[in-house]
Amino acid sequence: MTIAVEIVLLILLLVTAAGAILVKDLMSAILLLGTYSFFLSLVWAWLGAVDVAFVEAVVGAGLATVLFLVTLFGTAPKDSRLRRPPPPIAALFALPLLGILLLYAANDLPEFGDPNSPASSHISPIYLENSFQDSHTPNVVTSVLMDYRSLDTMVETVVIFTAGIACALLLRRKAS
Amino acid sequence: MDDVLTAVLQRHNFLTFVIIFLWGFYIMLTRYNLVKKLVGMYLVQTSVIFFLVTISAKRGATAPILLSTTAPIDPSAYANPLPHVLTLTAIVVGVATLGVALALCSAIYQTYGSLDEEEILKKLE
Repeated sequence: MTIAVEIVLLILLLVTAAGAILVKDLMSAILLLGTYSFFLSLVWAWLGAVDVAFVEAVVGAGLATVLFLVTLFGTAPKDSRLRRPPPPIAALFALPLLGILLLYAANDLPEFGDPNSPASSHISPIYLENSFQDSHTPNVVTSVLMDYRSLDTMVETVVIFTAGIACALLLRRKAS
Repeated sequence: MDDVLTAVLQRHNFLTFVIIFLWGFYIMLTRYNLVKKLVGMYLVQTSVIFFLVTISAKRGATAPILLSTTAPIDPSAYANPLPHVLTLTAIVVGVATLGVALALCSAIYQTYGSLDEEEILKKLE
């Protein structure tokens, strides 16, 4: 039962991603990309990552779609090229090779949902056990983000501020 | 060969990640429209984040919000919170860079009147 729900969500994810890639009209492609983001956030909520799901639903499905749409309203909403030249040979060889290598490496990955996988066994139990004593917040993600790694989060705002300045400078140049 | 196939089919999240990652990468390489390239870039970003969140999942575990703050805590009952924190940062920074790229597209369209790579190159000559 649980596996079935997950597989349905993953198939919806693949279908919306394929739609965003294959549709000619850019406006429809962007709306399908927003749907893809929304299904992605559903998958993440299903896997127990509720904070990531909220951020993806607000920032990915909301803000990114709005940014794409604003750009398209200011520029050309159609892909003007109807016939494309054949893709480069290097891409046709290198990408399937990369895919085969990645799938071959799947054998060595820890099993999905394994509680003793290396990512979940080394340091993350310490955070889970001690975060309430240290920061008095029941949500462990919040306490790690805002307390243990607060400097990291602060510098992230510097990155976003820089991006905002870059956007403002680029768009001001357009107006003059 | 058989054990590789069963390993891949058991990890369907990883298979989805590989398909979306490579398809997005292929779109970035082969399409000529700049906005379409950015769609590919967004797919690559989100697929890598999807893989990281998949690593954090544990069978039968809930979201990493403590159910009881007084009882002793069993770490295997909660999903691994560390990949969640790192991906939160990655999502927000990813959308910030996407905003800069779209502002660049807008400026290019104002100057060259097109978003097609070859037409822009022709006007540059």
